[in-house]
Amino acid sequence: MSVATAHDDHHDSHDHGPPKGWQRWVYSTNHKDIGTMYLFFALFMLFFGGAMAMYIRAELFMPGVQLANPDFYNNMVTDHALVMVFGMVMPAAAGMANWMIPLMIGAPDMALPRLNNLSFWLLPAAALMLILSILAPYLFPGSGGPVNTGWTLLPPLSIQNGIGMDFTIFAIHMLGISSILASINIVTTILNMRAPGMTMMKMPLFVWAWFFTALLLIAVMPVLAGAVTMLLFDRHFGTSFFDAAGGGDPILFQHLFWFFGHPEVYVLLLPSIGVLGLVIPTFARKPLFGYKALVYGMGVLAVLGMVVWAHHQYTIGMSLFATNYFMIGTILISIPVGLMLMNFIFTMWRGSMTFETPMLFGIAIILMFSFAGVTGVMLAVVPADMQYHDTMFVVAHFHYALIPGAVFGLYAGVFYWLPKWTGHMYDERLGKIFFWWTTISFNITFFPQHFSGLAGMPRRIVDYSIQYTEFNMISSIGGFLFGLSHLLFLYIIIQTIRGGKKAPDKPWEGSQIGTPGLEWTLPSPPPFHSFTQAPVVK
Amino acid sequence: MNSDTPSSAGQLAAKNRKTIRRLWLVVLGMFGFGFAMVPLYRLACEVGGINGVAGTPAGRIAAASVMPVDTSRLITVQFDSTINSGLPWEFHPLERQKQVHPGQQVAVKYYVKNLSDQPIVAQAVPGVTPWQVTQHLKKLECFCFTQQTLQPGEAREMPVYFMIDPAVDKQYETVTLSYTFMNTDRDAAPKPEQHAAMTRRIP
Repeated sequence: MSVATAHDDHHDSHDHGPPKGWQRWVYSTNHKDIGTMYLFFALFMLFFGGAMAMYIRAELFMPGVQLANPDFYNNMVTDHALVMVFGMVMPAAAGMANWMIPLMIGAPDMALPRLNNLSFWLLPAAALMLILSILAPYLFPGSGGPVNTGWTLLPPLSIQNGIGMDFTIFAIHMLGISSILASINIVTTILNMRAPGMTMMKMPLFVWAWFFTALLLIAVMPVLAGAVTMLLFDRHFGTSFFDAAGGGDPILFQHLFWFFGHPEVYVLLLPSIGVLGLVIPTFARKPLFGYKALVYGMGVLAVLGMVVWAHHQYTIGMSLFATNYFMIGTILISIPVGLMLMNFIFTMWRGSMTFETPMLFGIAIILMFSFAGVTGVMLAVVPADMQYHDTMFVVAHFHYALIPGAVFGLYAGVFYWLPKWTGHMYDERLGKIFFWWTTISFNITFFPQHFSGLAGMPRRIVDYSIQYTEFNMISSIGGFLFGLSHLLFLYIIIQTIRGGKKAPDKPWEGSQIGTPGLEWTLPSPPPFHSFTQAPVVK
Repeated sequence: MNSDTPSSAGQLAAKNRKTIRRLWLVVLGMFGFGFAMVPLYRLACEVGGINGVAGTPAGRIAAASVMPVDTSRLITVQFDSTINSGLPWEFHPLERQKQVHPGQQVAVKYYVKNLSDQPIVAQAVPGVTPWQVTQHLKKLECFCFTQQTLQPGEAREMPVYFMIDPAVDKQYETVTLSYTFMNTDRDAAPKPEQHAAMTRRIP
């Protein structure tokens, strides 16, 4: 009997499609299904974190405290950041990695499919934990106030916080384990699962970008996990790692946090640079300019990104030597970043460009991310930063870095790959409307914050002085428009999944110009099991 | 199934295991690195002096503004405590006197306990004898700066940090620092008619 069963199983495994119902998703070991789940999870968190942003902008519409108490406001500021960074950008990028890396390098699946399942399913649990941390003050009255520390969780405030902080710490532990497992999986896949002939220097730029991203995550996520573990010990087990009353040093937590936190910026940025490295050559119909330089540039960025963390802490009173070192290191980072942007501009130079939605996002990223780079150099300079520190100028800077740099890159990826994922073309007219709507409203939201910041408006505070009212009103109106535009994004995605013009194997004319990714050799959508026979790259 | 032959599938699995083992070592190493930073950071700060502005112009100004310690003489500081009537507290210093150099930073602790079954808010009022030394005795931190609340039966040790300005005249060799704790609840304080013998200053 066992022989017959084994034979049947063997026979089935070649022919059957995905299992039916919920088992397909909960037990999934298929990189495409897990990628899809990652992307939907990120989409959900985009609206969750976006709702918090809408509350923040509504509260800041006028001076004074209108909607809720300051603690709740600070809680929303904290969780908006945590949700957007860990719940939205990272899972969306990981979803794209899951979907596209095996297809691009000709692997049948990720190296560790069951680990892949675990890395995804840790995320909803972590999200639940994060939601509990918001609800804790109401679920357990008397357990302390909401988590109001900001996403940096700085002690001593985070040591004094209520039970909500414990939920946040556990959420970060789970998110950390999830991304470490996913990163190990991705690095192993890239190193060992490439099709014959797909050498490292032939890999599409997106794969290289994720290679560096995953290495960064493996290096810095454990440090954050260690830091929040020490925080937990300080809170409950009587240690004094950061508690000055027991001889600890709260500044040490800042160093540990930013040792993770600064490379994290590149973790968010690099996958989008990888998407740009595919989108720009496709729509300029020219091979990528300086592929090798881009790969090395990303490597330099990853290494430099790990040794400049304390530029977030100029005001803590470091010695002049240390401050100088971090300032020079930070300014050095503009070299590899500038090189990347120049490479993309030279790729477009004299290309036959067309302006489909992904390309529009690509060009907008180059423009707006450069702007964030310029304000970044301003902030890197110590005497200037002493004034800008903790003002809305910083908020404007990092939203210009992260929304074009990370989020718009993901949007470009979504529009670029939607035809491949769903087998349908999206509505180009709606895509363009979405692009202009988000880009214009994003600039209305965040551009005025440069001015209010330079005029001295502090960040992370619920109320402000009346002279900042006009800037904040403009910012809030832009913010509501920006939030609203995402309903159109949702509509476009649902519409494309449900139907539309049939997408050919190569939906874009310039699909395979540049690096020879293998994803376009498959039909759209690709079969449930792809590359079971390894293709050969010449 | 993923590869052409079983042996190459086995080779791939072995190769994957090797890669994963190395990556796990990095993960564990970096987790340990976070904890290793606790002593290493302290060491780096002590040896390299990176965690401070001591070497900077601002640091030099701050250092210059600190009073020099006058080691040529010693002043005896006596600590005294009084409870105003109507305050059911126990209150005394942990040491009665201390010999200090002018300019030296000194810490002393007072013990306080609420003997009643009520939470009580009280305020300590300091006094220095001889009064000429008052302007030279600089309190850096003191429980008398704020009101103190003690729950029923609660006991506490409260610090005072102070220093004596080296500019103080040489004739003052003994100084008394005294504190009087008063109940902030005026109703709890004794009424003049109940304590006719008590002298009170009427404002």
